[in-house]
Amino acid sequence: MNRWPRLRAALAYALLLAFTLLFVAPVLFMLVGSLKPDELVLAEAGTLRAFFPDTISLDNYRAVFERVPFGLYLASSLIINGLIVGLGLLVNAFAGYALARLRWWGREAMLALVLAVLVIPFEAIAIPLFYQLSWIGWRDDWLVQAIPFVANPLAIFLFYSFFLGLPRELEEAARVDGAGVLRTFFVIVVPNAKAAFASVAIVLFLFHWGMYLWPLLMTTSEAVRPLPLGIANFHTLPPLQWGDIMAFGVLMVLPVLILFVVFQRWFVRGVASTGIKG
Amino acid sequence: MRDEGIVRERIPRGAPVNRPMRYSQAPAAWLLMTPALAGLLLFLLLPFGLAVVLSFSNLRMGSPLPLEFVGLANYTLAFTDTGLTRALLNNLLFALVVVPVQTALGLALALLLNRPLAGRAVFRTLFFLPVVFPLSLVAVVWVLIFAPGPDGLLNAALGLLTFGGWEPRDFLNDPFWALPAVMLTSIWQGVGFQMVVLLAGLQAIPRQLYEAAAVDGASRWRQFLHVTLPGLRNPLIFVVIVTTILSFRVFDQVRIMTRGGPQDASNTVIHEMVRTAFDQGHVAMGAAMSVVFFLVILGIALVQRRLLRQRGEVS
Repeated sequence: MNRWPRLRAALAYALLLAFTLLFVAPVLFMLVGSLKPDELVLAEAGTLRAFFPDTISLDNYRAVFERVPFGLYLASSLIINGLIVGLGLLVNAFAGYALARLRWWGREAMLALVLAVLVIPFEAIAIPLFYQLSWIGWRDDWLVQAIPFVANPLAIFLFYSFFLGLPRELEEAARVDGAGVLRTFFVIVVPNAKAAFASVAIVLFLFHWGMYLWPLLMTTSEAVRPLPLGIANFHTLPPLQWGDIMAFGVLMVLPVLILFVVFQRWFVRGVASTGIKG
Repeated sequence: MRDEGIVRERIPRGAPVNRPMRYSQAPAAWLLMTPALAGLLLFLLLPFGLAVVLSFSNLRMGSPLPLEFVGLANYTLAFTDTGLTRALLNNLLFALVVVPVQTALGLALALLLNRPLAGRAVFRTLFFLPVVFPLSLVAVVWVLIFAPGPDGLLNAALGLLTFGGWEPRDFLNDPFWALPAVMLTSIWQGVGFQMVVLLAGLQAIPRQLYEAAAVDGASRWRQFLHVTLPGLRNPLIFVVIVTTILSFRVFDQVRIMTRGGPQDASNTVIHEMVRTAFDQGHVAMGAAMSVVFFLVILGIALVQRRLLRQRGEVS
């Protein structure tokens, strides 16, 4: 079956290395650019110096904090995403549990509703939602960037599927002991559903950390703008200093990278199961 | 995915059927459901209905004109007087190029990594890395990569590869190159997603099938055609549909890299919608574009449902 095992392995490695170069080059380019004097980033982009700099400094990182309110962007992103993930886990797990485990009039209709709205992409409602919330005067704060995204049909569906697969003996034992629905949920179900909570948390975080369209529509003050809007504006802010922009980029992706390295297994699993990433 | 049906059959739906209920679960269920339901109604269904209603009106931001019903005027005007038609064609072209290229590349990477190689996990991490990058950041980095003149990274690399034969160009301001530049950026960012889904699919194909095929004397290529591809049917449908839908949702890269230009060469439906409704304040027209966009997505979703159902009937 394998006539040339060594040749095949060598070929596979060669291909993998070629792909690696293509995939890593832009990331390395950004990292190296962030450490170089601004005027050299573009001037040396066409040479090997783009990847192997001769001088290195952190000046660009200082410039990021001096030229734009990076701390504010970061704080806004953290607050908005904290609200979405924190409230989102609670609200969607509640709904998923009610749909998967409880017997009540209206359950079938609610399940059908959740499955039906799954097909509506956010872009299809962005404009009317923008108008709707502007009309009641709600815009330009952290909450308006978070609250509309707390209830999430995909998260409800992921919780629903997971709870369906949990063995129900534990819950029944708790009920026999006289525990109510809420108590059973928090004491018995939540500790046994850590995998589902981790996956949903990562999916929610990954998707909303990069959110750009909604803050673009809803914010006007720098104080409440998140990082994606920050870098989009920074990259058009004269004088154009590419070193600073790359430093902004490194700082912006760092929180995600740290989470990614720590929870890699969950990232891959979560993304593979949903496919919501733009 | 296949397991789900089995689980559902094994575990009856709803509360324990054989045991008498000591109290009604309805109040607790509604208590648990209400926050999510309120969110879905207020921030998803209401704006969705509003999109349809507004699309038949003449609403403009800051317009003194009274609100009126204008019938289908926004829809007809959207296709004739705005960039929508060109944008739809661009999205279609985007899908026709990006979906096959990204799927083939994702499949190639998955096949390469589906063998016992040292450092497999490292490679997988590197290829998946761009997926966790925010699109806005990816767009800004690639603006720099596409920089005009011989100093630009891509121009210089192409010059090197062609031994100086490459004429440096301003990719993002070139009517021909602007859209392919956005495509390339998107492929780089997204291919890791295809890879992990297809890799999971490859690992779910039973090893015995390959052994049986080898015993029957099937070549590697025939094994790929008759074992691998049929085994990957559902993951392939999944990634193709997801990528097609994403191809019609493209916005961030376009807004940041080209603003739809030059001369609408890289304009997309969502970008045109934002430009019309937000930049120019023509909310009603933007709402009509939202509805058109939704119908496109709905069509793709229906195709997916049909493809997956056919599979169910066969097996």
